[in-house]
Amino acid sequence: MEHAAPPAWVMLAYLISGVFFILALRGLSSPATSQRGNRFGMAGMLIAVVTTLVTHEVASLPEILGAIAIGGGIGWVIARRIAMTDMPQLVAAFHSLVGMAAVLVAAAAFLNPVAFGITGADGLINPVSRVEMGLGIAIGAITFSGSVIAFLKLAGKMSGAPILLPLRHLINLTTLAAIVGLVGYFTIDQSPWIFWTITGLSFLIGFLLIIPIGGADMPVVVSMLNSYSGWAAAAMGFTLHNTAMIITGALVGSSGAILSYIMCKAMNRSFISVIAGGFGAEAAASGGEAKEQRPWKRGSAEDAAYMMQQAESVIIVPGYGMAVAQAQHVLREMADVLKKQGVKVKYAIHPVAGRMPGHMNVLLAEASVPYDEVFELEDINSEFAQADVAFIIGANDVVNPAAKTDKTSPIYGMPVFDVDKAKTVFFVKRSMGGVGYAGVDNDVFYMDQTMMLLADAKKMCEDIVKALQH
Amino acid sequence: MDFISILSIFVMACFVGYYVVWSVTPALHTPLMAVTNAISSVIIVGALIASAAAGSPSAKWLGLIAVALASVNIFGGFAVTARMLAMYKKKER
Repeated sequence: MEHAAPPAWVMLAYLISGVFFILALRGLSSPATSQRGNRFGMAGMLIAVVTTLVTHEVASLPEILGAIAIGGGIGWVIARRIAMTDMPQLVAAFHSLVGMAAVLVAAAAFLNPVAFGITGADGLINPVSRVEMGLGIAIGAITFSGSVIAFLKLAGKMSGAPILLPLRHLINLTTLAAIVGLVGYFTIDQSPWIFWTITGLSFLIGFLLIIPIGGADMPVVVSMLNSYSGWAAAAMGFTLHNTAMIITGALVGSSGAILSYIMCKAMNRSFISVIAGGFGAEAAASGGEAKEQRPWKRGSAEDAAYMMQQAESVIIVPGYGMAVAQAQHVLREMADVLKKQGVKVKYAIHPVAGRMPGHMNVLLAEASVPYDEVFELEDINSEFAQADVAFIIGANDVVNPAAKTDKTSPIYGMPVFDVDKAKTVFFVKRSMGGVGYAGVDNDVFYMDQTMMLLADAKKMCEDIVKALQH
Repeated sequence: MDFISILSIFVMACFVGYYVVWSVTPALHTPLMAVTNAISSVIIVGALIASAAAGSPSAKWLGLIAVALASVNIFGGFAVTARMLAMYKKKER
């Protein structure tokens, strides 16, 4: 049975749905148009679902509506309840669902190919469709198991430290080669064992690929899995000859790939080196040697309050530590008090601050920080030289001058904030012990103009607010 | 549709995706991930076809589970994106 061409209006409906998805992403070019964009996305999805239901003979409508109601209800409740700090693991969990859905759809297509119209005159599945199905299930399975590991690491249910198996590169490459070979062989022989072996190996490789990658490389991993979930949808779109799925798959695939690229560039690391994993483990091992103790100054909340009141301009550099301490609300309160006293306050956000792209921006938005007070690295970096105070809260590697000067440093070449040029630096940190994810010491701690505010970020901001109001 | 027309749509969509995504402001990268997540659940189309068809009960059940999973994503993804986007506010003047 060849593909019977669906009526023109059906093709048109899927095309419109695809165009609406493009408009959904287009809306995100500015916060002002973003909400309208999101509604385009919802409309596109509704069109795709309704078109599919009315153009197929539906033998099981109550079950389908039930499945949508159960899934939709769960999704809606999660979306309402989730804390903004937990957004990275939520996104990872959602990616895993897309991956699993792709696996299930590919498996269903394999079990009932006639329903999908992908069988030839001989009753076998078309060879092209077999490749598409094979790729769909492989990418879907990798997305699923990879995202599950990413979720466990991000949610702290599994150690964020890289887990390094011996010979892991060899194992991974062999598994990948086996998957590619089996997808090729699948075009000649459509035996079930080949299909299920591809599935099993793909689940395995997704798991193996993500376990050696450490916590702070998660922005890249989450973006990469985002990209994979898109390619999985695109592969299934090829199988079903469905325009909406193909357009969406291409959009999501490019989106994730671009985000991964931006994250890699912001860390000055190659994509390959991130995927190879192990970053952080080696640095931690070499960082063990005895270092000379250098003098540093400890400041108090009162010192910080006093200096910032006297300042003309303050730049706040938030990092993952702020998210962990849930300090964004009280930080904004602190900024509000300062603004009332005539101090100019700006926020500076590094592309890799936090555990996913744009993580800090969402947290600040949640705390009602207006988005026009929040600046990207390249837009604000020149202003540190004129700033009276740089207030670093929960960030470390992104303000480390070693990235500019020390060629031997693991973070050399990474673009960083020039906080060392500010007149005074306050560094909020839990203790002097931990030295960031990269395991590198930070010269900013020991500068003359730096005062270390050693405390929990939230507690410290609360104390500063109290001191400011005296 | 033949394979080449589908491939053309795919390649063009990749280019569109490339330019559209670069125009997304970095401040909205988290909502971008959430919404791409929601729209990639358009894979529900395949799940609906599988669960609607008669013929193979196992394929139907796989399809129904896929419908439920994709629905978690669709409702969850769009709702959480909407929730995030509603928080982005300009300075009050």
